[in-house]
Amino acid sequence: MAYKIVDVEKPARITRMIDRMYDHLPEIEADRAVLLTESYKMTEGEPIIKRRAKAFAHILENLPITIREEELIVGSNSKTARGCQVFPEYSFEWLESEFDTVATRSADPFYISEETKQTLSQVYKYWKGKTTSELATSYMAPQTLVAMEHNIFTPGNYFYNGVGHVTVDYAKVLKVGYRGIIAEAELALGKLKVSDGDYAKRHEFLESVIISCNAVIAYSKRYALLAAEMAQKEQDENRKAELMMISKNCSRVPEYGAETFWEACQSFWFVQMLLQVESSGHSISPGRFDQYMYPYFKKDLDRGDISYEEAQLLMDCIWVKLNDLNKVRDAASAEGFAGYSLFQNLIAGGQDIHGNDATNDLSFMCIQATMHVLLPQPSFSVRVWNGTPHEFMVKAAELTRTGVGLPAYYNDEVIIPALISRGLTMEDARDYNIIGCVEPQKAAKTEGWHDAAFFNMCRPLELVFSNGMDNGVQVGPKTGNVEDMNSYEEFFNAYQAQMNYAIELLVNADNSIDVAHAERCPLPYLSSMVEDCIGRGKSVQEGGAIYNFTGPQGFGVANMADAMYAIKTLVFEQKKFTLGELKDALAHNFGKDEAGSAPIDSQAITEKIVKQLMETGVNVTKDNIAQIYKEVKKNEDANESNAPSKYAQIKEMIDQVPKFGNDIEEIDTLAREVAYTYTRPLETFKNPRGGIFQAGLYPVSANVPLGAQTGATPDGRYAYTPVADGVSPSAGKDIKGPTASANSVSKLDHFIASNGTLFNMKFHPSALKGKSGIESFVALIRGYFDQKGSHMQFNVVSRETLRDAQAHPEKYKSLVVRVAGYSALFTTLSRSLQDDIINRTEQTNF
Amino acid sequence: MEAYENVKGRIFDIQRFSIHDGPGIRSIVFLKGCVLRCKWCCNPESQSGKVEVMTLDGKVKTMGQDVTVKEIMDEIVRDMPYYKRSGGGITLSGGECLCQADFSAALLQAAKDYGLNTAIESTACMSFDKIEKLLPYLDLYLMDIKHMDSEKHKKFTGQPNELILENARKLAEKAKKLIIRVPVVPTFNDTPEEIEAIARFASTLPGVEEIHLLPYHRLGQDKYEGLGRKYEMAHITPPSEQHMEMLLKVAQNTGLKAQIGG
Repeated sequence: MAYKIVDVEKPARITRMIDRMYDHLPEIEADRAVLLTESYKMTEGEPIIKRRAKAFAHILENLPITIREEELIVGSNSKTARGCQVFPEYSFEWLESEFDTVATRSADPFYISEETKQTLSQVYKYWKGKTTSELATSYMAPQTLVAMEHNIFTPGNYFYNGVGHVTVDYAKVLKVGYRGIIAEAELALGKLKVSDGDYAKRHEFLESVIISCNAVIAYSKRYALLAAEMAQKEQDENRKAELMMISKNCSRVPEYGAETFWEACQSFWFVQMLLQVESSGHSISPGRFDQYMYPYFKKDLDRGDISYEEAQLLMDCIWVKLNDLNKVRDAASAEGFAGYSLFQNLIAGGQDIHGNDATNDLSFMCIQATMHVLLPQPSFSVRVWNGTPHEFMVKAAELTRTGVGLPAYYNDEVIIPALISRGLTMEDARDYNIIGCVEPQKAAKTEGWHDAAFFNMCRPLELVFSNGMDNGVQVGPKTGNVEDMNSYEEFFNAYQAQMNYAIELLVNADNSIDVAHAERCPLPYLSSMVEDCIGRGKSVQEGGAIYNFTGPQGFGVANMADAMYAIKTLVFEQKKFTLGELKDALAHNFGKDEAGSAPIDSQAITEKIVKQLMETGVNVTKDNIAQIYKEVKKNEDANESNAPSKYAQIKEMIDQVPKFGNDIEEIDTLAREVAYTYTRPLETFKNPRGGIFQAGLYPVSANVPLGAQTGATPDGRYAYTPVADGVSPSAGKDIKGPTASANSVSKLDHFIASNGTLFNMKFHPSALKGKSGIESFVALIRGYFDQKGSHMQFNVVSRETLRDAQAHPEKYKSLVVRVAGYSALFTTLSRSLQDDIINRTEQTNF
Repeated sequence: MEAYENVKGRIFDIQRFSIHDGPGIRSIVFLKGCVLRCKWCCNPESQSGKVEVMTLDGKVKTMGQDVTVKEIMDEIVRDMPYYKRSGGGITLSGGECLCQADFSAALLQAAKDYGLNTAIESTACMSFDKIEKLLPYLDLYLMDIKHMDSEKHKKFTGQPNELILENARKLAEKAKKLIIRVPVVPTFNDTPEEIEAIARFASTLPGVEEIHLLPYHRLGQDKYEGLGRKYEMAHITPPSEQHMEMLLKVAQNTGLKAQIGG
């Protein structure tokens, strides 16, 4: 496709809108919870799908509406910017118990007024025993609950919240409006035979779809009215005209198909925000915005009705609004998803369904909008394939260079075949977009349950060393005393056995939650925009989508690869120590913090003393130095306990062994095998919606909090420190530069991890300097993708800057960094996550 | 296997993902041994042709490994996808690769077999027949010219500059592409007059279009201590950005394409 690149300057309006949005702490609002509860009380005993539809309608009828200053695209689900509603139908106890700490906690604090606390406490009385979370717990096997208590995995995301993680049929709403969808549902209703076995369920579902769509139409009319009222009072002629236009837009869309680009933007926005009123699920991903919006832009452009400046401004406004939406999570989850992120992944570029390059004007304008707002949302991504225009890559790289951590780069050449291997048609696979962090799927046809759990691959290894015991409880199978294992194969098999068992429990946990959502929180509005819910007469939660998956993500591949390699070489090949001795060292955290464990380095101490003397102006001669050294050495020898402990010695030996991330065939192959211990068993399981499990290898930001629950590991990692992020090498262990690191990661099987892999790379800004810096950067991505890596993302910010931001957060309020599959404001992250980002290997150039 | 793949030489490092010493993404092979003894040299471990011991960050490292061309190429080709995507390849640095001319020629020839772009970073302070051995396999000669005044040149590098300048003229005729590079070192050559003199000379060389001004940096300082040597430039501060910009203009005035950094 031919495209035109027009770089538009950042509009001053956008700067003002952003400043206003961030001038206060986000606030928790109670309106939705109150309205939901009112409705539920009125519909006791009715079919659940109907109750959901009626509650949604009741909320939309009464939720306070507001048009914020200077907005061109309207619709907010909170009174104040970046505020959030709560969703007691999923879970509520955590919020009640955190009422007094939620404003002061380190990750994602929210203001909550005393009045809201009281209101919510009242509301919550109704919900006891009625949530998806409680139902899911009751469905789980006892051993599953034990494993969760012991942090082998955590399905926290959907356990406490809506599922989200979907891209609906925006294109359809833009084209036919909700009138069109209602007509489709009515047609399906008309076709139902009262004698059909599933007549009742289908009938209720289709009516619920119609109720929901009508509710949305009515909601948009409220905005039309509000805008008209505001226009009447407005003194400024320009703003008055804008408000009248907004009113006109809201009176037409999303009820009908969009006629103009502005209408299309407004229609898109209602869909985007209202999905996040119906349910608390995050990662409601706009997907291929540049593709489905393009016809409306082109039509306006051809008619001479819109300029690039005007279109860019509208897009910028949407980008700002995507940051206006917010969600409060429980304190632990907030650590795992730190940075107020909603993971609304929007992707540009790639191929069309026929395999032609699909890059268009809007693809470039999406990059431009991200450059203009420089905010965490949308989680902006680009699709890359062999036919991706070079200038598109360059433009994307220029965005990377800003340091905002966006875009993430995705490789069509891996993802398309991976999706086909999961049963997608060629055309659907070519039309993929990304959900949330890194999860590929076909929009409007998929219920992918993409972020189904965090599975910490280090924990089953700990269980190998304890014969399945954790804190006195049998959590895993008895795989034998580690002291008695005589070969690497035996050890590896024990790990696989622990993995298999834990994976089965993970499946049990996810499926229990899945059923609970279908039974307690089916979503008729969302389902109205996913194929083939209307045809099948059931919600996505009940299996209405064409493609169904469950994708829990494993992490710690690098730790396990390094651990296995250390054991293979040091224990079994070189026989430097036994598994028993290693077990002992792990239990003692490699002697860290134990008395006498720190090895003393006489030479270093001497140097330090000499330096101090010289700094104070003392003239130090060679003889002086020899004298000092002698004294220090005497001390060392006298103090036996200062010698490195046997645990520290084991760590030292482990540290000497090469690590994953340095382009060493043997370790990289091992990493591939280790990843299979998770990805292969997982794909043999089925979910209640008729789909299969598929693995992802990425941690969001959970590698930090979940690492804090993990003991020392045989890769030399100290207890309670972060686990490696994504499929990236362990922080600081990849020492041969970015190409070697990328080569290692590319050796993993990215096809089988079809729920996505995540490769973080951090660059010092100097590496992307100038045209040659950009060109080399693009070549690095291309080179990694040539070797069938799936995803790559970058932080381009110096360590010094990040340290300074820790020390002076007030100076860096707008510093956005890449966390995991998303970007976030650095200063909003918890200290430990900040440290994790700082400690990632910083690639420079030479 | 070709005979030249068995040629042995002495190197002390291979650095991957270099983007400043020739086009695209490159791997740099650092060879042992140098003719000059530049006081500011950031790779003092390269100067002696002998194997040395250097202490860095409390660790003792052996500097100097004898390896075959094949062994080096096995490592180099691991980054093939990146060379291909960027038009990059291999750069020989050091030290002075001409000190091991046969080895260098063999290495470049092997790189050419893989279709890589080849470059050397060199002082050209060597008899021309040695240089000529490399030229058939060389795409880009990055040549240092540090000073036009032979006496000052000798004072700071240990060698006069006549041979260097003479070779520059010959290389301008015979090398596929020649770029002149100037390490800008305060107290040595950082005045506009000194830079202008070098740039003016470079501009008279037929075929030379580019000159790179490389600001002095101190990254090598710790290595001197690690080798038990004295760093004579400890009192020198790197040139400021403004100063470099000013020198850049001076160089540009000669009609050459000039840039700061490689």
